[in-house]
Amino acid sequence: MKKILSLIIFTILSITCFGQSNFPDNGVKDYRNKYYAFTNASIYKDYQTKLENATLLIKDGKVVSISQSTQVPKDAIKVDCSGKTIYPSFIELLSNYGLPEPKPAGEGRENGIQLLSDKKGAYNWNEAIKPETQAYMLFNSDKDKAKSLREMGYGAVVAHQKDGIARGSGVLVSLGENKVNKLILKEEAAAFYSFRKGISKQGYPSSLMGAIALLRQTHFDADWYKKNEGEVEENISLKFWNQQQSLPSLFIQNDWLSLIRADKIGDEFNKQYIFKGSGKEYQRIDAIKQAGGTLILPLVFPKPYEVEDPIDAHYIGLPSLKHWEYAPYNPSIVEEAGIDFAFTMQDLKDPKEIMGNIKTAIKKGLSKKMALKALTFTPAKIINSADLVGSLDNDKIANFIITSGDIFEEGEVLENWIQGEQFFLKSINTNDLSGLYDLKFSNSKEVYELEVSGKPSSHEFNIVVNDTTKIKVKSNFKSSDISMSFQPEETDQYYRLSGKIKEKVWEGNAQDTLGNWIKWTVDNRRELKKEEEESDKKKDEKKEEADKEKDANGESAEMDKPGPICYPFLPYGWTEEPKQQSVLFKNATVWTNTDDGILENADVLIKDGKISKVGKDLGSSADTVIDATGKHLTSGIIDEHSHIAISRGVNESSQASSAEVSIANVVNSEDINIYRQLAGGVTTSQLLHGSANPIGGQSAIIKFRWGKLPEEMQFENADGFIKFALGENVKHSNWGSSGYIRFPQTRMGVEQAFIDHFTQALDYKKSMQSNPEKTRKDIEMEVLLEIIDKKRFVTCHSYVQSEITMLMRVAEQFGFNINTFTHILEGYKIADKMKAHGVYASTFSDWWMYKFEVNDAIPHNAAILSEMDIVTAINSDDAEMGRRLNNEAAKGIKYGGMSREEAWKMVTLNPAIILHLDERVGSVQSGKDADIVLWSADPLSVYSKAEQTYVDGICYWDINKDEMLRKANQAERNRLVQKMINAKNGGAKTQKHQHKEPKHYHCDDMEDEGK
Amino acid sequence: MKHLNITFFLSCLILSYTIGFTSLQAQWIPSPGKAQEKTILITGGTIHVGNGQIIEDGLISFSNGKIELVQATQKQSLGEDIEIIDATGKHIYPGLISPNTANGLIEIEAVRATRDNYEIGKFKPHLRPIIAYNADSWVTPTLRSNGILISQIVARGGTIPGSSDIVQLDAWNYEDALVKGDEGITLNFPNIVNRGGWWAEPGDIKSNDKYQKQMLALKNFFLEAKAYCQNDRHEIKNLKFEAMCKVFKKEKKVYISASHAKNILNAIEFIKEFDIDGVIVGGRDAWLVTDELKENNIPVILRKPHSLPYLAHEDVDLSYKLPFLLEEAGVNYCIQAQTGSGEQRNLPFTAGKAVAYGLTKEKALMAITSNAAKIMGIDDRLGTIETGKDATLVISTGDILDPQTNHIELAFVEGRKVNLDNKQKDLYRKFMDKYDLKHKRH
Repeated sequence: MKKILSLIIFTILSITCFGQSNFPDNGVKDYRNKYYAFTNASIYKDYQTKLENATLLIKDGKVVSISQSTQVPKDAIKVDCSGKTIYPSFIELLSNYGLPEPKPAGEGRENGIQLLSDKKGAYNWNEAIKPETQAYMLFNSDKDKAKSLREMGYGAVVAHQKDGIARGSGVLVSLGENKVNKLILKEEAAAFYSFRKGISKQGYPSSLMGAIALLRQTHFDADWYKKNEGEVEENISLKFWNQQQSLPSLFIQNDWLSLIRADKIGDEFNKQYIFKGSGKEYQRIDAIKQAGGTLILPLVFPKPYEVEDPIDAHYIGLPSLKHWEYAPYNPSIVEEAGIDFAFTMQDLKDPKEIMGNIKTAIKKGLSKKMALKALTFTPAKIINSADLVGSLDNDKIANFIITSGDIFEEGEVLENWIQGEQFFLKSINTNDLSGLYDLKFSNSKEVYELEVSGKPSSHEFNIVVNDTTKIKVKSNFKSSDISMSFQPEETDQYYRLSGKIKEKVWEGNAQDTLGNWIKWTVDNRRELKKEEEESDKKKDEKKEEADKEKDANGESAEMDKPGPICYPFLPYGWTEEPKQQSVLFKNATVWTNTDDGILENADVLIKDGKISKVGKDLGSSADTVIDATGKHLTSGIIDEHSHIAISRGVNESSQASSAEVSIANVVNSEDINIYRQLAGGVTTSQLLHGSANPIGGQSAIIKFRWGKLPEEMQFENADGFIKFALGENVKHSNWGSSGYIRFPQTRMGVEQAFIDHFTQALDYKKSMQSNPEKTRKDIEMEVLLEIIDKKRFVTCHSYVQSEITMLMRVAEQFGFNINTFTHILEGYKIADKMKAHGVYASTFSDWWMYKFEVNDAIPHNAAILSEMDIVTAINSDDAEMGRRLNNEAAKGIKYGGMSREEAWKMVTLNPAIILHLDERVGSVQSGKDADIVLWSADPLSVYSKAEQTYVDGICYWDINKDEMLRKANQAERNRLVQKMINAKNGGAKTQKHQHKEPKHYHCDDMEDEGK
Repeated sequence: MKHLNITFFLSCLILSYTIGFTSLQAQWIPSPGKAQEKTILITGGTIHVGNGQIIEDGLISFSNGKIELVQATQKQSLGEDIEIIDATGKHIYPGLISPNTANGLIEIEAVRATRDNYEIGKFKPHLRPIIAYNADSWVTPTLRSNGILISQIVARGGTIPGSSDIVQLDAWNYEDALVKGDEGITLNFPNIVNRGGWWAEPGDIKSNDKYQKQMLALKNFFLEAKAYCQNDRHEIKNLKFEAMCKVFKKEKKVYISASHAKNILNAIEFIKEFDIDGVIVGGRDAWLVTDELKENNIPVILRKPHSLPYLAHEDVDLSYKLPFLLEEAGVNYCIQAQTGSGEQRNLPFTAGKAVAYGLTKEKALMAITSNAAKIMGIDDRLGTIETGKDATLVISTGDILDPQTNHIELAFVEGRKVNLDNKQKDLYRKFMDKYDLKHKRH
């Protein structure tokens, strides 16, 4: 009854879509409904519903029904699928199938920066924002690519043009060969975003933080455009941006840090992105889970490296070695964390590797159910198209594959049906013929034993003579036609057979060795003999094969456990989180940085992350008591000017002001330099924007909480700062001819750049107050207003006295103070003016002569400034110098005769004051944060070493523990190297290592990191 | 020897030089010291000989620029025309030697007009850095005042950037400055790996496709030069080859830049193949190949131990302890401070840092004095305070290796008293005066 009902429904449906088209026919109309019934199949309706002996009925490119009924409508073509499995076809979300290569809007500039978009038309100011790119307008099918995707089991893909930060919409298309109009299943399946500007030749953004700011600002721009459409200038890009806000938003990125960054933007604008994953989710699975987005996981499993040469192997980083081992586990780790995901073949050099890699992932714990879901249902769900594709049900698109068995085992894709059209890959009738048969000839009573073994697609035929002897039978069979030939024992002549394979009996005509025409039959099928009975040779072969498989993965699956995850995923990362403890340091020389000065033989107790007590004989009640006799205890070093732990660029350099960007958005917790700074006694650093423009970007102040996430490293409740800059870098003086374009080029221009921007900010404020609806929210202006309103503080890169004075005057004109002059190499020339303005100084100890504007730098600068009662710090601006700032401070004694305490404060208390953190850090005083360092000797001495460094009472650097970590690193490296050699010997292909040089930024580092 | 038998007592000094700041006219580029006239006797100080030996309460006398006597202070014969310097409580060191520098060749790195160390071409052993040496650099006086009195100057760029020269840093002109000219050539050994990017942002490291080609070009150059040098009459002279002949007689050193372990190994092979007097410069990964270095007795000029470890998994303090690792392994080495000329003055502190990571203080001193002198073949005159050597030495009120205590009060180059003023000290005085701040130190 049900069946009849569904037939009736189908008839109604078929009437509504009888194939009407406005395309003229050249001939008579040749409409076909393609009514098919696939019977006796195992059918996955969806990833979790499998029906056995079921029938799939399709018509007009859609599924009519799936049932376990054996009844088939008369007018349907019956396809017997006994022993076959039917799956919904797979879906790829990150394809550029059928789309033209994106072309840059212009040629760029041979000399200098391209400041605005070269795109012709009423589009956005920035070329990397191109939501007007609509893939369905550009799509054309591509037979070769479609064929290769179909062979892998894919039936539909979402194609988008992979370029830009806002990339526009992607189209869902099927992989059939129909006319393009039929192939488009959904015009706008999703909108795509990324942090890379791609082929845009425009200068902005030149950094990751610029890309982030651009995305955020475009949200505000588009919002304003929506509210004021028709009243403000036309902007096609923003119009499309607004239209795409209702689409699923796919964010393309390649590391988990950026995934978290993207998610933060999503949170700000009430948007949950779906993220392309990196394949390295295992490194921070909790944080990924927290982000809450569905993932699109690539399946790139690196080949083992060539490690036989120990010197070559030395240059391979531990994360690369570990990733080789972990990558195949990533899908199962993500599954276990309960995060939903689709698979993508993107990032694979050879997309055909995807199924092999999925099988590998299954061996490493991924469930088959999840694997199927990630290929079918989840991608469909991500683009809100589960009603069309990704599963097989009434009225869904008839995209399915017929396989010879379990697709995650030995099963092969035999046919791929797309929109109800058959694409024949391998014969569906490759029945499994394996077994033993009797072969008889009409002219003889002899019964030959015929053995058919191996996979259906590659059956081997043999005549079994006895336990040790077989005669090879050459065979050729297509669907039911078969021909065979063999040489009976004792002759050198052939029997040649031709015939048909039928259900129980195969039969046909033959010519015997003498050329006589005779009849032949094959029947009496029975099971192959069990493995134990197989010849030894065969066994050995099998064993070898099994071994190969085992070794390609290093060892057998059961034994294979990857090494520990460490935080961060670097050498010296911890596997067990270091805990906050109460620690009592006994009998130390304590540099308090208070009126108490340097205390000899003093005790310090830290507890609950704070300094609890400082004094004599504090007893011994603490989790740990450390005999610090002969050692020195100080507060942690604070670096006012650092560029470590930053992802993809410190300069957003293409505009005179980039106040909208923030280093806080791009803190990189996975930087080995954090550990190295801790080893030098540094506990807090201000990570600054570079100095390529007068108004740089907002800074981040972080505590070196090694192994924590970027957010967790931020110094809580710290005041916001922003980097300004003056002089040669701002003027692009040392850029060669490419530096002659952007305003300002002179110190005169620099002054006006400041005045102009602050004037604009005040105008913006007025407009916001008088007409908030019509005023475009502008992040840059809001940040500048924070400065004027004394809610954000300026630290300015500076060398020459004239411009230093100028900036103080500009600030005074706008009613605020410069907080800090950083570098400030000619500060000594105008120390009186600086004192009057009330500014702090943060300088180099002794750098000079690397460019013209520093030829009057003197190493006595810090001493003069201090003498003039200006709070002065020594900074590094350099990852290496950052870890020996204690020695740099000592130069204050050498040049200018500072006292030891005064010198020491230049790297501890003074930077704390400068950064407004002296309530929390900078001195050893009860109630302050337990950010302290235990030194082997006088910390100013070149001979002393930091033995322990604590942040919040947690010991992140311990010179003894470091020794153990070195050994652990060594052991882990060795384990992985041995495993790789085994894998290689087991037949795995290898790759040469290419070392990625980590970047160490300075102020004037300018490489375009926005690409 | 013009010693007279006059009994010497501290109480009856004929002439006593007061160590300390002497008010001078502004001297950004002070005049070189006058030739030594009187015999000078330094007494009472701790002599760091530069070979590991320390003489407490030591006595040094020198005449005509040469050291005549180094010993513990004792009743001593005293000349009639002798200047006596009481260095009691102070430390006396050989003048520090900074190898592999562009001192005097580059004034301000970012200003092209002041860069004179990078000529075009690939094979340039004929180039002589000394003629570009600016004896009036603003930077040089700031090196002297931290104890550095001798520098090796080299060119950059190409496979053979040029020859190398040794200068003393208190000179009127380049001819005056020359201690040993044309003492070696520099060689940038072809890299088996190449690095993209630029100095501040080094890019990815990839194997160098051109390595074989570059090696062939280098070997051919050496082979052809060697063949050329077998014959001393040439119808057509080749200046490049002429400049190579001393290399094959081992009268010129070959300073080979190599940092990657495999590059160092390849450079060692090259040295053996051509039987030349080779020195490895850079040596970042030398700790991986110490056996090969030691076996072949090849010394290393360690470039910039104030560096980050090259690889994340390397020991955090690897570059600081690199001198110690080579010391322990028995490899000859000396230390180069920094690459920029403005930072050369931190040479003693770079060596000092190595003390925290294993070296003894005297070994650290050797790494910037006698070891350097030996490696560059000037140890007959320089590197230690020993009889017969140049009176090129410094007196510091405290330990020269620690910035807290490094305070050079007096320096002599070949017996000539060096004016230790410089531009920076002058600016310091100028602005201390402007603000009426009391002079403390300088």
